[in-house]
Amino acid sequence: MKLTHEEVKHIALLARLGLSENEAARAQEQISNILENFQVLQEVDTSNVPPTANPIALSNVMRKDEVRPSFGSSEILANAPEKEEGCFKIKAVLE
Amino acid sequence: MELTGSILERLNNVEPDVRSFVTITEKEAMESARRADEQIGRGDHTPLTGIPMAIKDNICTRHVMTTCSSQMLQNFKPPHNATVIERLSAAGAVMVGKTNMDEFAMGSSTENSAFFATHNPWDLERVPGGSSGGSAAAMAAGQALFALGSDTGGSIRQPAGFCGLVGLKPTYGLVSRYGLVAFASSLDQIGPLTTDITDCALVLQAIAGHDPRDSTSSQRPLPDYLKALQGDIKGLKLGVPREYFVKGMEPAIEKLVLQGIDEFRKMGAHVEETSLPHTKYALAVYYIIAPSEASANLARYDGVKYGYSSPGESMWDCMEKTRRQGFGPEVKRRIMLGTYALSSGYYDAYYLKAQKVRTIIKMEFDEAFAKFDALITPTSPTVPFRLGEKTSDPVQMYLSDVCTLPINIAGIPAVSLPAGFVEQDGKSPLPAGLQLMGPPFSEETLLRLGYSYQQATNWHKRRAII
Repeated sequence: MKLTHEEVKHIALLARLGLSENEAARAQEQISNILENFQVLQEVDTSNVPPTANPIALSNVMRKDEVRPSFGSSEILANAPEKEEGCFKIKAVLE
Repeated sequence: MELTGSILERLNNVEPDVRSFVTITEKEAMESARRADEQIGRGDHTPLTGIPMAIKDNICTRHVMTTCSSQMLQNFKPPHNATVIERLSAAGAVMVGKTNMDEFAMGSSTENSAFFATHNPWDLERVPGGSSGGSAAAMAAGQALFALGSDTGGSIRQPAGFCGLVGLKPTYGLVSRYGLVAFASSLDQIGPLTTDITDCALVLQAIAGHDPRDSTSSQRPLPDYLKALQGDIKGLKLGVPREYFVKGMEPAIEKLVLQGIDEFRKMGAHVEETSLPHTKYALAVYYIIAPSEASANLARYDGVKYGYSSPGESMWDCMEKTRRQGFGPEVKRRIMLGTYALSSGYYDAYYLKAQKVRTIIKMEFDEAFAKFDALITPTSPTVPFRLGEKTSDPVQMYLSDVCTLPINIAGIPAVSLPAGFVEQDGKSPLPAGLQLMGPPFSEETLLRLGYSYQQATNWHKRRAII
């Protein structure tokens, strides 16, 4: 399964990975090679098989909508790369 | 405090050669040890009180750096403790440090750490396995008395096998994942690395059990794992799936594993060969599902709220540079694989297909466990390989996990036991592991089998000379 250069750039964009031309070329080769190894899955007959998302039977976990103690803002901002006035500071989201 | 002091001394002595630790918490350890002594003095202690432990660096420890061996989190100090850490602290255990790992738990040798590689104490030119290589090396080098690792595709068991240790991956949902930095949420589990099965039972007892903060946490009442060790294994039915004795497997390992299987026969278990035909698809299933889940879990690393943050021209530019610089090559590779497998046009052929084959693999195990109490296989087809030996081709590295991957896919428990050593001319012998797996929540059976095995053999008593 050979990935095209465009596909690699598209994936990198979706994943916001900012690859260099060099990295993109190497990724193209390596990922194509890995995917080649996975073609073997196509030979398995899965026509009446349901998918498994999680190995144990899960049901949603609910709790009462009650206020509980949480972390203070100083704790949460402690690792912030940039902060201002008790908020995380980032570049403009909108033009 | 004496115990912790002497462990720390040992830790520092061998650390320049082994390099197990990203962070050594000497001061905090002595403080915990002091408190532990007080608890013991009051008669208010558990089997783990005062016992030095090493913790894999993807398990959150409050205000202590938790890096996942990545540049992305090199300065990250969590505001919270993982549930397993809270439970072990309550039990009085003493943390000596955070151990090295493959970056974000992606790897099988600990060579993908963004910081440095860890060396196998049995032969310093070889890898300790991965991704919990730092925890395994710390144990094998006597730098702690128990360790925690995490296992998504074999990352506790394979290093345990490579380092002559007991390594247990619990049933999915038995141990809380709250505070474990997520890699693949339907596959990850935290588990112990210990020198023998009794310690394994002790640690499991302390960390297992329902946690309301982990919505995938099982509500089943906890058994007494220590009690479970004792007891006859006569009449237990053990299956040996032939697909795990892969082509190209090292003959010396095969011989040791067959010897191990014989020990169970001698103790009265009924052993029979069996077949799990879809085993060969586990590699592909895993390397589609795990990266897909990882691509979602690692989307949070954007340089905004914590971790590495690159300057840039615009919001997206900052994020792209942050992720390009913060993540290592294997992590980026897997994120891309996952993004591709989930993307429109490819989702059905890859992710959905893999999930369906996952169902088949799980059903195959269910059928096997209707006949057998447990299955026995090798832990790894090879001895610990040399540093640098498998780093040029990602697929070569992925093949190290063929015996361990199917277990995570099915969510069942498995334990690796020291099963012997492969001689090297003029050099230290290399550990080999034997793997036992059972149906969901069968840890008691696995522990009982392991205990009997360790009564009949002495492999677990050997120590690396370093």
